[in-house]
Amino acid sequence: MAYNHYILVCGGTGCESNKSDEIYRNLITEAEKQGVKDQVQIVKTGCFGFCEKGPIVKVLPEDSFYVEVKPEDAHTIIAEQIVKGREVQKLLYKKGEANKSKVAVEDIEFYQKQLRVVLRNCGVINPESIDEYIAREGYVALEKALFEMTPEQIIEELKISGLRGRGGAGFPTWLKWDIARKVPGDIKYMVCNADEGDPGAYMDRSTIEGDPHSIIEAMVIAGKVIGSHQGYVYIRAEYPLAIDRLRIAIEQAKEYGLLGKNILGSGFDFDIEIRLGAGAFVCGEETALIQSLEGKRGMPVPKPPFPAQSGLWGKPTVINNVETLANIPVILTKGGAWLGKIGTEKSKGTKVFALTGKVNNSGLVEVPMGTTLREIIFDIGGGIKNGKKFKGVQTGGPSGGILTEKDLDTPIDYESLTALGSMMGSGGMIVMDEDDCVVDVSRFYMEFCVDESCGKCSPCRIGTTQILNILEKIARGNGEMSDLDKLEEIGKAMTKASLCMLGGSAANPTLSTIRNFRDEYIEHIVDKKCRAGKCKHLVRFEIDPNKCIGCGLCARRCPVSCISGEKRQPHVIDASKCIKCGECYNVCKFGAVIKK
Amino acid sequence: MAKMTLEELRKLRDSKKNDLRKRDTEGKNIQVIVGMGTCGIAAGAKVTLDAFLKALDEKNLVDQVLVRQTGCMGLCHSEPTVEVLMPGMPTVIYGKVDAKAAKDIVEKHLIGRELLDNLILDRPAVDIINAK
Repeated sequence: MAYNHYILVCGGTGCESNKSDEIYRNLITEAEKQGVKDQVQIVKTGCFGFCEKGPIVKVLPEDSFYVEVKPEDAHTIIAEQIVKGREVQKLLYKKGEANKSKVAVEDIEFYQKQLRVVLRNCGVINPESIDEYIAREGYVALEKALFEMTPEQIIEELKISGLRGRGGAGFPTWLKWDIARKVPGDIKYMVCNADEGDPGAYMDRSTIEGDPHSIIEAMVIAGKVIGSHQGYVYIRAEYPLAIDRLRIAIEQAKEYGLLGKNILGSGFDFDIEIRLGAGAFVCGEETALIQSLEGKRGMPVPKPPFPAQSGLWGKPTVINNVETLANIPVILTKGGAWLGKIGTEKSKGTKVFALTGKVNNSGLVEVPMGTTLREIIFDIGGGIKNGKKFKGVQTGGPSGGILTEKDLDTPIDYESLTALGSMMGSGGMIVMDEDDCVVDVSRFYMEFCVDESCGKCSPCRIGTTQILNILEKIARGNGEMSDLDKLEEIGKAMTKASLCMLGGSAANPTLSTIRNFRDEYIEHIVDKKCRAGKCKHLVRFEIDPNKCIGCGLCARRCPVSCISGEKRQPHVIDASKCIKCGECYNVCKFGAVIKK
Repeated sequence: MAKMTLEELRKLRDSKKNDLRKRDTEGKNIQVIVGMGTCGIAAGAKVTLDAFLKALDEKNLVDQVLVRQTGCMGLCHSEPTVEVLMPGMPTVIYGKVDAKAAKDIVEKHLIGRELLDNLILDRPAVDIINAK
């Protein structure tokens, strides 16, 4: 019996943590209970990207896009749509509150400006089924690489496509492969860098979770080109779902003969092993990653020699990021020129961003290079939460910088971001509003870098700690104007002298905030004031006696009981006991509590 | 499955592609809409729906035809009712469509591009409303 309905349930980490797995199981149970299990195929897919509204469930052929689905909705979906053929109105995605009618998936603003190349299969296929991957032109590129094209031709295609490393640095992929290919030697290695460590970034995790076979296919192709027979996927142990799906995918590929000895009868051998990392940020740096793969402590070593010349166990090694690899099958299937048409002059193709922070539609976003920040944040992201004012956006995580209002219309590519003092990085994008304090944000990232610095070279080890000390001093209200110069001096020294890019870019958030928000730093130092109210030492709460009606709500809510006053009389805050939690400020209905 | 050869992989891809294309809604410009209100289901619309899916599969039309369900079309006296939308052909509603008629619609209307006069019930519901 043929299926007349298909239900796609998002199986990305975001939705799974919101019980999408329970929704999936309930749908299966309900379909069985209501006697329609032969009519509907229920599939768990990769991330749809619209994480803000998760868990997402899509029903075909009606193309019903259901958001914020709960496990108990499974009964309704089956009973209404599958049995009776009616869409479940209350779950449909609706644009704004006023518009009560259904919005077609292609009309959802979140998807309109997106172009899904890397995420082509995410939310479409079941990532645990190799058959579905194959059905969507999967392993076509591998066929070409093994039987039709020479390694030189493949490199030429990559060159035409203009693909550059998506891990952040933007090194041309064809060149990396070509160098490794030309180095003599019969043992070479192909490594996939899936050690995604930026706070707030989850592009690589979602790609592996949603489409693991694209990575496997690309690695075999790379192996064929450079002459490697062994691949490693270095992935952090904190990504259990991605690891599971990758394991299943590798097993399936082996079973089909797409991995292992004599792939598809071509005589080419290639195998992939998964190596789990312990989650150190520095291990995303390629030389540190190699050390960790070799079983040593993950610390970078000086370059050159570059890994492509002498990498893993001293052998030529190509290390590509997940997103870079996910582009490879498309380039070979559709041709390098196809990808080369997308993007800007020097940055071709698309980029996946993990859009998070104070933005309405947080989620996984893939856009052509050259899209502006305004389009990403305001069109796709739907603007700032609660109608607040946009302050800045942190791109590239702890290695990037904060971009502000004036940068919103710059087309994003590798060069433009570097010119603005940030970097592409792996693609984290954290949006901040007027309630975020730049000193506090810099402090957060520097704290992260202090934790994650491996300690091998002194510019990074000592520099990060010193910058953090100064930032904390400013946040406590003890800063001096000379501290700003010190921060810049240390930052510049670190950028120049650090051994790897962790230290080399760790000062970026601090330096870029000083550049863009110098007045806010000065306010902290001179006026001892934090306008966002984030630096607790600089905040003072007071009650306006003219506005206070003496309802006593703040006094009851105060966790340290430092508010006193007679009933119906203005209350007072005892500043010596106040812990500046802001509870009184939040609960007062009369605006009588003032934050200074 | 044992290790595959190139030919086997290609064969597998072709067969699976068909399965997956059924899910897609893009690029399908022919629509067959089956009325699945209580009346329709009671009159056997489910059997009709299955017959359509089976016939489309056999004729290799899953790539082009989207089979959808809808609620009661208000023509309860002639259930099961089926609306067929196809570029270059007038949109029509067929009445009393059983499994056999479903097969005929696929063969004559969709492939042969001719209307099945004896089954035509009315113009599409939208036109009827607009005419008034």
